[in-house]
Amino acid sequence: MADERKIRVLVAKPGLDGHDRGAKVIARALRDAGMEVIYTGIRQTPQMIVEAAIQEDVDAILMSILSGAHMAIFPKVMELLRENGADDILVMAGGILPDEDIPAIEAMGIKGNFGPGTPLATITAFVRANVRPERLEHDLAPLEQIDAAFEPGATTPAHDEPARREETGR
Amino acid sequence: MSLPGGKRRVASMPTQANENIVTRLLAGDRRALARVVTLIENHAPQAQRILAQLHAHTGRAHIIGITGSPGAGKSTLVMQLARELRRRERTIGVIAVDPSSPFTGGAILGDRIRMQELSGDPHVFIRSMASRGSLGGLAVSTRDTVRALDAAGFDVVIIETVGAGQAEVEIVRAAQTVVVVTVPGMGDDIQAIKAGILEIADIFVVNKADRPGADQTAAELRMLLSLDDTRKERSWRVPILKTSATTGAGIPELADKLDEHLAALKESGQLAARGGRQAQSEMLALLHQALVERIEAAIGPEEWDRLVQEVVERRSDPYTTAARLAARIGLAPSHEPA
Repeated sequence: MADERKIRVLVAKPGLDGHDRGAKVIARALRDAGMEVIYTGIRQTPQMIVEAAIQEDVDAILMSILSGAHMAIFPKVMELLRENGADDILVMAGGILPDEDIPAIEAMGIKGNFGPGTPLATITAFVRANVRPERLEHDLAPLEQIDAAFEPGATTPAHDEPARREETGR
Repeated sequence: MSLPGGKRRVASMPTQANENIVTRLLAGDRRALARVVTLIENHAPQAQRILAQLHAHTGRAHIIGITGSPGAGKSTLVMQLARELRRRERTIGVIAVDPSSPFTGGAILGDRIRMQELSGDPHVFIRSMASRGSLGGLAVSTRDTVRALDAAGFDVVIIETVGAGQAEVEIVRAAQTVVVVTVPGMGDDIQAIKAGILEIADIFVVNKADRPGADQTAAELRMLLSLDDTRKERSWRVPILKTSATTGAGIPELADKLDEHLAALKESGQLAARGGRQAQSEMLALLHQALVERIEAAIGPEEWDRLVQEVVERRSDPYTTAARLAARIGLAPSHEPA
């Protein structure tokens, strides 16, 4: 099945805590579910995460964070993704995320919020179900969006988005 | 069972769109480059048209392959080398290949962990790639990805292979300069690799040279090289360098030798010869693929399964069946075995 579209996931540990056992276990689970996992290691800045996500053209980002810095780091990641026109990437989080922060995290567009004890199968199924379907199409529709952003009016994708128009105006 | 190569649809992608992504890639747009690599990796219908347009813009990058056994320090060496080359104001594209699981098809691509220091440099582009069942130490898409990076204007493209043993020598067909990385204390392992990746080295690196036994390893390599008669006819003398990728020792010397090797290739005309060999194998591979597609189009999966079953049950044989099929798609002369 040479042409089966592989889901590519970036697993990142932002912030300063070095506890990456959980991130590694999840990386392994995603691999065992047939996905290609780019594991970046610990102490990632939002810039590093977004830059890696763009270069690797991933379909999803999963951030594991235990340090409590999520409310500082997550908004920055989302902002940088938007700035780079890469906000069609599914962004998920896991680790220690206090219940009271979950609504704010979800409002940022970050999904999942996998706390301790989340079954691995839940996470892999969630990734499969929530990656933007057009990213997995064989013809990869976002290509047209890139083109539209580059040359306004050249093509008009049916599913254009506000964020992309912003990019056009850049 | 299905034929290798999978299904490929011929899509009617607007040419305009392809031109745009090509223009953006050539202008150094990182998202466009990343997306083109994804299209290449997934054998998307428009990938070949994009690559066809990129070809004229390639041929400027120095393509360096880094290979060696797992754990030899390839990723760290690539990071240090890239840093050194950045000091020399070169721009760098890195393709880091890691193995796919043969069971699930998934992969953990961890080479970026060692390359974090390169993050944030706009003149460095790193792409991790899963081997996706390819056995030669590279992925099927690696060479086309090199083409995309070359066209995007990177001065140097570094390919880091899957941790390689004896037979993963595909890198020779993809790179202009092949660096084989080994480490002290491998003992008989050096004997073991001499037939395989030892022969393909343009430069040897004994990495982790701060460990005991580095001089002995270098001496063993020197001896093995002196025994290789094919080497004597070549003008390039394979250097054996000692490096420590964690401290950076020996890295400037490696960068110097890489430049020297490229200059030697140009001078001896080997660079042009390599280019010719590469173009030939690429064209053959594309023709092979076209052939497989034609066979798939002519023979449905059900008929294919039935024919396979006939051979398995000894009601037919592979030679007769293949000859008949070839004749049907207009390929074979009629020397079908009776």
